[in-house]
Amino acid sequence: MNVHEGRVWTFGDDVDTDLIVPGRFLILEPSEIAQHVMAGIRPGFAELVEEGDIVVAGENFGSGSSREVAPRALREVGIVAVVAKSFSRIFFRNSVNLGLAPVVCPDAGVIEEGQSIRIDFDLGEVLIIETGKRLAAGVLPSEVAAIMEAGGMVEFLRTRLSESQL
Amino acid sequence: MGMTLAEKIIARGAGLPEVSPDEIHWADVDLAMIQDSGGPRRIWPMLDELGVGIWDPDRVVLVADHYVPAQDVNAARILQTTRSFASKFGVDNFYEAEGISHTLLVEKGHLRPGMLYVGGDSHTCTGGVMGCLALGMGSTDLLGVLATGRTWLRVPHTVRVDVAGVLEKGVTAKDLMLTMIGERGMAGAIYRVLEFTGSGVAAMSIDERSVLTNMCAEIGAKTGVIAADEVTINHLRDLGVEVDEGPSSDGDAQFLDTWRYDASNTVPVIARPHRHDDVVPAADLVNTPIGRAYIGACTGAKYEDLAMAAEVLAGRRVAPGVLLQVAPASAGALARAMADGTAQILVESGAQLLSTGCGACPGIGSGVLGPGEVCISTTSRNAQGRMGSPESKVYLGSAYAVAAAAVAGEIVDPLTVMGVPA
Repeated sequence: MNVHEGRVWTFGDDVDTDLIVPGRFLILEPSEIAQHVMAGIRPGFAELVEEGDIVVAGENFGSGSSREVAPRALREVGIVAVVAKSFSRIFFRNSVNLGLAPVVCPDAGVIEEGQSIRIDFDLGEVLIIETGKRLAAGVLPSEVAAIMEAGGMVEFLRTRLSESQL
Repeated sequence: MGMTLAEKIIARGAGLPEVSPDEIHWADVDLAMIQDSGGPRRIWPMLDELGVGIWDPDRVVLVADHYVPAQDVNAARILQTTRSFASKFGVDNFYEAEGISHTLLVEKGHLRPGMLYVGGDSHTCTGGVMGCLALGMGSTDLLGVLATGRTWLRVPHTVRVDVAGVLEKGVTAKDLMLTMIGERGMAGAIYRVLEFTGSGVAAMSIDERSVLTNMCAEIGAKTGVIAADEVTINHLRDLGVEVDEGPSSDGDAQFLDTWRYDASNTVPVIARPHRHDDVVPAADLVNTPIGRAYIGACTGAKYEDLAMAAEVLAGRRVAPGVLLQVAPASAGALARAMADGTAQILVESGAQLLSTGCGACPGIGSGVLGPGEVCISTTSRNAQGRMGSPESKVYLGSAYAVAAAAVAGEIVDPLTVMGVPA
């Protein structure tokens, strides 16, 4: 997956994982949790999203709790990538491990809800389809991209363990 | 060129003579912690899927702290899975309902200076109080660690936080951290390690120091660390653990920045709903009524927090219409509070004693908030709905501030209740 195009949902700064998946839902199984994704900030979000959509946000996306069901719920409802000015590091790692692409884009604030963007993961670029504007984005370091390209940490480990590379 | 404490620990883990910020390395982990919420119930199926066990069960600590005691059948099942995991994989370092992981690992002496320690919880950073590099992670990252004993790390830049002076009576490490977070924002230290130094830190106990490292999660830092000193070594010695001081930053280490604070200028502060970086002096919020006062969590219910609350509550009563709840951060903290009469003072003032564990802080255990409830809490987070209903409100402050508000029925400057001259 080196390029992905999708419709955008926008969020602000400091979107805490407590807002993505409030604590009262953690007792549920991940598939049930997904139906409540963004319950703390945009209730009903799961019904709005279609497979391939993209979340665009401000600074410090995914801050707070390490709960991995936050990125997992986003992926399960169809979100393929999160484009943010910056990420909380635990959310960033969790996303990579689950195959949800975290894209650092300092100018993400110019992207509007409902627009479509094309992310070039290798080039490190976000293109806003409607305006033709191109934004610089981060490229995953090769060590981290290897996990993403394997499809997440489980598949990465499966390969590495069988090859005794770890 | 010299290295910071964080760089030295990563270099050792990676088997390299030196490392520099922004490099990525795979490193050997010394100790891994998992808890009942994101631990066995999520990781066990993945271990089975890969057909592997745990690389070294003696280097794993498992703590059931989120769903204790079970409030319903689902929670009971989670705890059953947690126990079965400990027994199946031979994890002997297993604690159920003995306390919150971050408090317990310090209290039990699992954390030692110089360790590379990872834990499946965002407040794992608390462990940096013991001079180790303590890094929070999610379930699947911990899967990788449990399966292989290794993880990848980006070498962080370190910011030195130099704290001069000494905190005045009635002012706490919590006030200092909330002040810092209020100034710099939730992302004020994003991707950075904060290394706390200076006379203000040296003068603090392990309990108080651990609030500095604990709340690094709230300023977006990768972690916080305090190089081991006599206080650290004595803490371990009291537990029967003999260690040397471990690594510290070199004199010519490269810090990204130095933040300077004077502890003696710090005043009691409160974070307002629904952002923990919306911080004002407690004195500015007088006449804000509260119905709930909560003393709990790894941030705010260690032994010394209970003692602070008792200092305010001695000879006083919780105001009518206010529910003060106390969930000690560990059984050890409660035992100390019972031994010296602290617990007696709390209960006689009208406080309700809840079981030890994460409790209402993550909106899971006893004491969660209903719609319209207004709470002042010693915990560290107040995002909308964090402690229960999205229509509840949470103010954050020290144990002094929470106890003082419980007595007054509204937010007050704890120093006025305590009779400390301004």
